[in-house]
Amino acid sequence: MSILVDDDTRVVVQGITGGEGKFHAEQMIDYGTNVVAGAVPGKGGQEVAGVPVYDTVHDAVDEEDADASVIFVPPAFAADAIFEALDTDLDLAVAITEGIPTQDMAKVNKRLQETDTRLQGPNCPGIITPGEAKLGILPGNIFSEGKVGLVSRSGTLTYQVVDSLTQRGIGQTTAIGIGGDPIIGTDFIDALELFEADEDTEAVVMCGEIGGEDEEEAAEYIAHNMDTPVAGFIAGRTAPPGKRMGHAGAIVSGSGTGTAESKIDALNDAGVPVGDTPEEVADNIEDLL
Amino acid sequence: MKLHEYQAKQVFAEVGIPTPGSTLATTVDEVVEAASDLGYPVAVKAQVHVGGRGKAGGIKLAENEDEAREAAEDILGMDLKGYTVDKVLVEEAVDFTNELYVGVTMDRGEGQPVVMVSEKGGVNIEEVAEEDPDAIAREHVDPAFGLHPYQARKVVYDAGIPREVAGDVASILTTLYDLYEDRDGSDVEINPLMVTSDDEVIAADAVMNIDEDALFRQPELAEMEEEAAEDDLEAKANEYGFDYVRLDGNVGIIGNGAGLVMTTLDLVDYYGGEPANFLDIGGGAKAERVANALDMVFSDENVDSVVFNIFGGITRGDEVAKGINTALEQFDEIPKPVVVRLAGTNAEEGREILNDELVTVEETLEGAVQRAVEYADEEATEVDQ
Repeated sequence: MSILVDDDTRVVVQGITGGEGKFHAEQMIDYGTNVVAGAVPGKGGQEVAGVPVYDTVHDAVDEEDADASVIFVPPAFAADAIFEALDTDLDLAVAITEGIPTQDMAKVNKRLQETDTRLQGPNCPGIITPGEAKLGILPGNIFSEGKVGLVSRSGTLTYQVVDSLTQRGIGQTTAIGIGGDPIIGTDFIDALELFEADEDTEAVVMCGEIGGEDEEEAAEYIAHNMDTPVAGFIAGRTAPPGKRMGHAGAIVSGSGTGTAESKIDALNDAGVPVGDTPEEVADNIEDLL
Repeated sequence: MKLHEYQAKQVFAEVGIPTPGSTLATTVDEVVEAASDLGYPVAVKAQVHVGGRGKAGGIKLAENEDEAREAAEDILGMDLKGYTVDKVLVEEAVDFTNELYVGVTMDRGEGQPVVMVSEKGGVNIEEVAEEDPDAIAREHVDPAFGLHPYQARKVVYDAGIPREVAGDVASILTTLYDLYEDRDGSDVEINPLMVTSDDEVIAADAVMNIDEDALFRQPELAEMEEEAAEDDLEAKANEYGFDYVRLDGNVGIIGNGAGLVMTTLDLVDYYGGEPANFLDIGGGAKAERVANALDMVFSDENVDSVVFNIFGGITRGDEVAKGINTALEQFDEIPKPVVVRLAGTNAEEGREILNDELVTVEETLEGAVQRAVEYADEEATEVDQ
């Protein structure tokens, strides 16, 4: 079992004719993902990575019955690509693109409330159900099938923690990178809710970072709604206030909220052990299983 | 990206938000000349990206030439929370009866812009927000429609702004929202918005922070960014296109992905070291970018050792390894010890390529960080002796 994606998921890749789009479409197909089409305006009729390319996402959905999309479209055009995905009633749209202007995402966020499509990202590594499907740029070889769900705001940090788990023989149900931008689609609570409902997920790792209050809200959710145990990690303990640390979202306001300390305290209060190092997170998961 | 006050006021002036007359100056003589042109009294204001300039001695009033000279001598060249002041804004001092606050920012929790108005301007608005949140009236904005005029009026009335100036404040707020939207602001604020004895409103300060991800469609503001860089390292980071933050320690840190780089900083601290910087080379980095990253970190004279932490996904270990070799082979002697940890995509190929006469290769993140901290301690001790 898994959440959101499995080997039945039929994927359209938006931006498949670009360098990143093509490379990762091939990687996804190699992994076993059921990539059925690409969608690029003006490139309809071509074939890339062995799949047909359509001018619009609508055509890809009509012709190939796609139900999920992965978006590799440059930042200037990415919001439009997400709007297009939302207009086709796909079940899931995963936006990998980094650097979409925040005000564009505010408009997307508004539209998202009016549709049934789930958005994941942007600025995220994607989602993987080991052994079945990966949508995005995650390195498939470090993942293994198993019982632990993983949700993270940071891509490379996800890899670091998964690597620690896999090396100890602890596999994963699904790993989902929600992205580190200030405005995102699927958030911690959405993912935790799905893992809680998934019978095969026996424990969850939640990796957060400084900025915003999403981790604090997730801690509340865990305390009141989850039976599945959760282990946590928070990046950015040493970050100085007021500085943007790479991610748009990773900035501490200086007013006490959004700091690593406030997030760690909230998680500890919810009964979630927070590791000081990625290895300690793996230790904590071993204890929880 | 933060604009300096003088830059933000240029942008304000373009859209008709009233500001006091002012001139930028870099020498004491220029300050005195500007002040006599503007007419006394004037305010001399340090142009650095530091909050609480006034309290820190970075803003002084001058009633006459002697005071202007004295203020200029005090402020130019002063160290303001780690930044050297090399330019000041000389500005007409406004005779005011009241100080207000207006601002626009993104409420990330709601995923919507929010406009804010308060009659308690002129002080640290963050403190007001914390101690007396009701003193700031707020209104969320549907980004698809923009700020409706009725919303601007509502928030101004909610804030208890005096009737005499309510219409003008609502109009300035509307202009400020349009500016926020058109120029991809992340925070756009006026604090204080001064009310004069003639019931005119005038922006005595100007804050404009711009969404860096949107600079591709704001070429004018991108040019201002070059000018706004506070020191050589930041200017260099802008040039190379890195996310870079200078910190106080001596262990240089380079990695890919913000979360992993922050984790590396945290581990350096955990193992008893002090991070000198945050440098994210981003996704899919090629050899040249890696070389530029090393160049940046070696340019910081506080750095005693460097830890390079790469977990390849989209980034490939062999590319990174080539970049590290290329960068280091230029030196007759490596300036500071470099520890490399490669994992993920093509990591093994990368580790084989790395020239271990130039760098220390570690298998694990923990091992790499500990080694870098040890090297930094050794280097620091040598310098002391």
